Amino acid sequence: MSAVTAGPSETYLTNESSIASWFLTKDHKRIALLFFASVTAFFFIGGAAATLIRLNLINPAGNLLGADLYNRMFTMHGIVMVWFFLIPSIPTTLGNFLIPLMIGARDLAFPRLNLGSWYVFNISGILALYFIIAGGDDTGWTFYTPYSTLFSNSHVIAAAVAVFVNGFSTIMTALNFVVTIHRLRAPGMTWFRLPLFVWAIYATSLVMLLATPVLAMTLLLIALEHGFGIGIFDPNLGGDPLLFQHMFWFYSHPAVYIMILPAMGVASELIPCFARRPVFGYRGMTYALVAIAVVGFFVWGHHMFTSGMSVFAGIVFSFMSFIVAVPSAIKVFNWTATLHRGSISFDAPMLYALGFVGLFTIGGLTGLMLATLPIDIHVTDTYFVIAHFHYVMVGGTVSAFFGGLHYWWPKITGRLYPEMWARGAAILTFIGFNITFFPQFILGYLGMPRRYYSYAPDLQTWNVLSSAGASILAIAYLMPLFYLGWSLLWGPRANANPWRATGLEWRTSSPPPEHNFERTPVVTTPPYQYNPEDDSYVAQDGAANA
Amino acid sequence: MPNPRPEVQFATLEQQTEAAQLGMWVFLATEVLFFGALIFGYYVYRISYPDQFVLAGHDAKLLLGSINTAILVTSSLTMVAAIELVKRGEPSRAATMLFVTAMLGLAFLGVKGYEYFEDYQDHTVPLLSFVLKPREQPVVELFWMFYFVATGIHAIHLSIGIVAVLVLALHARHGRYSAAYYSPLEVLGLYWSFVDTVWLFLFAAIYPIGRA
Repeated sequence: MSAVTAGPSETYLTNESSIASWFLTKDHKRIALLFFASVTAFFFIGGAAATLIRLNLINPAGNLLGADLYNRMFTMHGIVMVWFFLIPSIPTTLGNFLIPLMIGARDLAFPRLNLGSWYVFNISGILALYFIIAGGDDTGWTFYTPYSTLFSNSHVIAAAVAVFVNGFSTIMTALNFVVTIHRLRAPGMTWFRLPLFVWAIYATSLVMLLATPVLAMTLLLIALEHGFGIGIFDPNLGGDPLLFQHMFWFYSHPAVYIMILPAMGVASELIPCFARRPVFGYRGMTYALVAIAVVGFFVWGHHMFTSGMSVFAGIVFSFMSFIVAVPSAIKVFNWTATLHRGSISFDAPMLYALGFVGLFTIGGLTGLMLATLPIDIHVTDTYFVIAHFHYVMVGGTVSAFFGGLHYWWPKITGRLYPEMWARGAAILTFIGFNITFFPQFILGYLGMPRRYYSYAPDLQTWNVLSSAGASILAIAYLMPLFYLGWSLLWGPRANANPWRATGLEWRTSSPPPEHNFERTPVVTTPPYQYNPEDDSYVAQDGAANA
Repeated sequence: MPNPRPEVQFATLEQQTEAAQLGMWVFLATEVLFFGALIFGYYVYRISYPDQFVLAGHDAKLLLGSINTAILVTSSLTMVAAIELVKRGEPSRAATMLFVTAMLGLAFLGVKGYEYFEDYQDHTVPLLSFVLKPREQPVVELFWMFYFVATGIHAIHLSIGIVAVLVLALHARHGRYSAAYYSPLEVLGLYWSFVDTVWLFLFAAIYPIGRA
């Protein structure tokens, strides 16, 4: 214990204090905090749009926003939440902070590129704020042609350019992670000793690198067509709007895995620690992560079953979508098996992680329903789809993000958060989420289409229930802002390893010094060496119960 | 001249070099997908409208395209020669080779500009000057839109490469590189060869169509 707690007095937070030392920092931990500030701001901007959507849908006439404003609001919600919150959320904050710590490195391979990624992200964020303030975009986050290119009078170009620029930030961060994980692992940190969070971020980065450029090209063509009439997809010239859909979903389906894989990584750290058991089937977990990343590239057509694809193509994409569920199911079974005969404690991170597993499972199973051609034809473009992907992205990813934030909060800030408040927020998140989104499965099954500002009056009960749940969810999301903020100033000091966890990130002081470790650690053991019988554990550098 | 010290996150200069090279390879993988999406779109339309694309391709300037291919392939040769000269401890001759590489890149852009001018006179520039010839249908304009988008994005990549080569040429002249340290040259060489390779794919897509 002494070797760990007797860390240097200067932490990464206090070694320099000028404003320039933050805005020009090359320290991955400070950049993680910069990203955290940016994505949190966009989380609340996207959340504000969601609030207005749910308020509008309390009344079947939808006369709060009206048709045109409603279109702009759900587009803003989609674009902001997908590209400015969900995709960067876990990788740029927890990933940035933890990857070098977990593999025993002093920093990422390219620190200037890392800082550059944050600036590019903010430039794209300013462009996004511009298109929102200038009046919004009404195409939906999917930018479908020919509406987006030939008919829409809204700010399509600004929105497309914002997302285009945002992609550079994604690629810069992903490239940095891939090179770092390949080249900067500490001695003894072999591939199969890597914590699963590192594997998850690695798989995510590969998807980011191979999918984002296709989106960039697609959006470039959309912007050129809308702005200059270079009509690559223009049916008047013989262009094919379906080609746009193929190119868009070639990115945007893998993007779903960009959002969920890091969350799976977080859950794989939290569940073994709070069950005090090694993760069940470590190798299977790594193969499953890679399998999801690879197979995820071949399922995009399931977004287009009703777009005019051939039946044969539909069957192939349906089959592939079932295949990609197999590694996802392996992960769910392995998390569950990890709990078996564990010594489980229900601290806030564990509550979030268990919530993640349950909600992701519902999202995944309804995904199988949607991958089934006859069912999809029936519920396509209804609230059933909305509920399905919110279970994966909000129930799954956001829950895991909050779980990870609480788990690593002592490491990031050096302070403990108030446990009871955090447990309350975790439970409230789970309750509020289900009240918000489960009714939407029913609404979709009853035939309520998505993207309409008004609806049949007999659907009002379920819509009011959903909006009521959203207000609970909003409170649950706002609570951490206050008690985590409080803990920054008044929380008790955290020691180096408050959770008695095995990763290398816990083998340095809380918060860590500028270059992470006093001495480069040497790794001798696999991750998750917990023993539920006597509550002992072995850290990855071989230290027992340290 | 002593070797520079590795940056703080690396244990050795060798590790830093390996990281830089892997970084460029990974970046080029993203570029393959970026250009790949565009070239994929081109072939989707070419397969959908084979006869019209043959008609359109006849108006592409095969001679100018061929000259440019020769120029760019030669520039890859001089780029590799520069790296080889640094390895043999002749950085000032390497600097000369880098200047030649940059000049060849500029020559490519010059020929490309002249080709655009001929395209303009030939009324094959969408939006600015476009006239359908006999037997041509509107989809011919799609061919030319792909042509300008693809060669334009390629020219942007090449311009970035020319600036980078010139910067490294100045560095080489000032003795920044030696037989023991030339990692930036190798990394830029990868990029230059990639831009060259993209052109080979564009050339194959645009110029020989329907001329067999």
